[in-house]
Amino acid sequence: MKKSRKPLSQNAALIGVLASLLSIVIGLLLGYLLLVILNPGASAKGMAAMLGTGIASLDKFGKVLYQAAPLMMCGLSVGFAFKTGLFNIGAPGQYTMGTFFALVCAIQFQLPWYLCLLAAMIGGAVWGIFPGLFKALFNVNEVITSIMFNWIGMYLVNLLIANMPTMLASAWGASNSDRTAALSSANPGAIIPKGGLDKLFGNSSWINISVLITIVVAIVIWVVLQKTTFGYELKACGLNKDASQYAGINAKRNIILSMVIAGALSGLGGGIYYLAGTVQYVIEKSVLAMGFNGIPVALLANSNPIGVIFSALFISYIQVGGAAMQPEYSPETTDIVIAVIIYLAAFALLMRGVISKAFANRKQKEAAKK
Amino acid sequence: MAEDFVIEMLHITKEFPGIKANDDITLQLRRGEIHALLGENGAGKSTLMSVLFGLYQPEKGVIKKDGKEVRIKDPNDANRLGIGMVHQHFKLVECFTVLDNIILGVEETRFGFLRKDEARKKVVALSEKYGLRVDPDALVEDISVGMQQRVEILKMLYRDNDILIFDEPTAVLTPQEIDELMEIMRGFKAEGKSILFITHKLNEIMAVADRCTVLRKGRCMGTVDIASTTKEELSRMMVGRDVSFAVEKKPAQPGEPILEVENLVVPSKVHKNDAVKGVSFQARAGEILCIAGIEGNGQSELVYGITGLEKVTGGHIRLCGQDITDAPIRERSKAGMSHIPEDRHKHGLVLDYTLGQNMILQRYWQPQFQNHGFIRKAEVEQYAEKLIRQYDVRSGQGVDTIARSMSGGNQQKAIIAREIDKEPQLLVAVQPTRGLDVGAIEYIHKQLVAERDAGRAVLLISLELDEVMNLSDRILVMYEGEIVGEFDPAKTTVQELGLYMAGGKKQGEAKA
Repeated sequence: MKKSRKPLSQNAALIGVLASLLSIVIGLLLGYLLLVILNPGASAKGMAAMLGTGIASLDKFGKVLYQAAPLMMCGLSVGFAFKTGLFNIGAPGQYTMGTFFALVCAIQFQLPWYLCLLAAMIGGAVWGIFPGLFKALFNVNEVITSIMFNWIGMYLVNLLIANMPTMLASAWGASNSDRTAALSSANPGAIIPKGGLDKLFGNSSWINISVLITIVVAIVIWVVLQKTTFGYELKACGLNKDASQYAGINAKRNIILSMVIAGALSGLGGGIYYLAGTVQYVIEKSVLAMGFNGIPVALLANSNPIGVIFSALFISYIQVGGAAMQPEYSPETTDIVIAVIIYLAAFALLMRGVISKAFANRKQKEAAKK
Repeated sequence: MAEDFVIEMLHITKEFPGIKANDDITLQLRRGEIHALLGENGAGKSTLMSVLFGLYQPEKGVIKKDGKEVRIKDPNDANRLGIGMVHQHFKLVECFTVLDNIILGVEETRFGFLRKDEARKKVVALSEKYGLRVDPDALVEDISVGMQQRVEILKMLYRDNDILIFDEPTAVLTPQEIDELMEIMRGFKAEGKSILFITHKLNEIMAVADRCTVLRKGRCMGTVDIASTTKEELSRMMVGRDVSFAVEKKPAQPGEPILEVENLVVPSKVHKNDAVKGVSFQARAGEILCIAGIEGNGQSELVYGITGLEKVTGGHIRLCGQDITDAPIRERSKAGMSHIPEDRHKHGLVLDYTLGQNMILQRYWQPQFQNHGFIRKAEVEQYAEKLIRQYDVRSGQGVDTIARSMSGGNQQKAIIAREIDKEPQLLVAVQPTRGLDVGAIEYIHKQLVAERDAGRAVLLISLELDEVMNLSDRILVMYEGEIVGEFDPAKTTVQELGLYMAGGKKQGEAKA
């Protein structure tokens, strides 16, 4: 017997996608409004830059993919934790820790890129385990501990790097000592290979295989959540803690494991970004935004690992476009516009209700006509 | 001459996405009558009353007060029309006194200061007039459930309401308190007040109501005069078929003790004292042992202790000779314990999981359902379908139905199917029929008796005395965390049990 197709208005997946698209459109409209207010003369050009740059050249599209990879990891991290009922706002800290572990392996220990990535995961996992332990053993809200661990992580990494002379660029023939060494001079073997993708993308200097790695990871996470007993347990804990306790599921173990995995995902994101060989870690006094951007990525995707692939691509696309809006718009204003778009994009949940209602109304009207 | 209706709800239709909760229902309340509203769970009683109380707006239909059409947009409108309601779950401020609760919302003030003296006089006068014994200065959290209900009733009277809605008022009361409530309701009737009495207990309707409107699946099955009908007739109208009230069962043949509980102590979550104070008993194979008592006397905590949801601080629990006092829940489950929990939404189901996923909640880890950590989807579906067929669990989309979208009765059936199919040695069933309709109750009772006959020990915790008397082979009464008496259901009466449940008597003391 074939299953009857569900009516359009009840298809949750379709409504989810529509809701995300609708909130993106509204975000773009408001973003455009902002551009008009800030600099009316350049607004059309600015908007064109924001929407067109990502596909204007293969090189820029390569950059979109390159930036999407770490975003995807942070989005997966937040989304995975969210599926299990935890709000991992500690992605920036785990991301920073992952970065640190990866760079130490690359520069200090001269290890190849794949071992560095493994180290990045371990670094993130270590930083994820603390909020998990506090939550499981003492019932301390993971939001509070992970925010604190964001700052602890950042300052700890800054402190350590500043006191590891071989890590700094100055030890490898450059003049600045406020950042880590460029991998091209310190250890070219730690740079993630391009795997021929650069040829595909018109010799783009950005692209490497990291986006493929992250897509594979996203699929693995999806399989774990959907197909395994472990995923079954994790989701049960997230959806109904009392019922999972009743079913004899070890909720404490699962909370800790969930945070460890989320941390490892963020950490891998950090490793992927900094092992691309294009950026150096700069000692700064603000928590890296990449981890926080994982939150809208996950929200936009409704925490679905496959959805995260697309939402990360979208946000990366907007960011690359935003960078091309200079000099007509200052970096700060483009950041604001991007923030508005992302912020509204995260209204997907609200939009879902609106769309469901619209469907229901239409159905009712049709019924009334009959 | 037209009849004297104080409230008329004519052709009310109220839809929710997917269901018509009320479909063209007409209910006419005469002045000075007790009008029962009878229906299974999900028949639309609560929706109808919410429409009358202004919580929902109907799509179709009109409400008339004294023959004039009125619009009730919110509970304040209802109050102005003299409509008051005692909700099933009381709406009282726990840390306020009785008096403060009664005047809350209609306080008299002078220069911004409360004037309670007159309010107190009025409350005392009302309470004497109708025999509603309350202590105006007691804190609500300290008084019994029965007194809390009287406070709710006084709240309506204080607001001079003359149309009183009682939503399942007897669910939380002892038999003695139920008799008292019936007296009070008759008193109101004599005063000319009109009462709407929502219930699914037929005995109470027969005892106190003048007329009864029966709802089934959102439709009105008619209004009948109680004087000219019978219990059987009413239940047929409600369920749509004949229902047997007596549980058919053979005499029990108790065997070996399955569950042994010794001096069990379980702490309370809400106060500092222990909720279970050194309880000992045995449940034997092939018997239904029932623990009766008024809600909140430690039965829930006793179950938490036995099933492992709560850590015990003293005593021993043995299941089939194996000490499980400190065993994790999974180990107890493996040792042969099944648990139909008190709160099916909190513990029994993951509401956002599908029915199929919920069916394996206790056994997803068994080799039958997983292969190297991967769930065997086909096996799960096949198994869930088998249970659904075998236990007649009804749902919109079979195994793929989200549990949340199912009716309470079918959710409960799903849990019972899952727990019984584990083939346990001990089945702990906590209020397995709470909030269910007659048809589902009959079914669940049969299942429990079948389990007993299959040689399992059934530990039943119930607040419904009818259920206790009908189903059990042995009764223990719990009061304030202790077992105060053991009874043979054939040799005791509801009244005697009620006395022990209310703390009026204790077996040990009588002997000593």
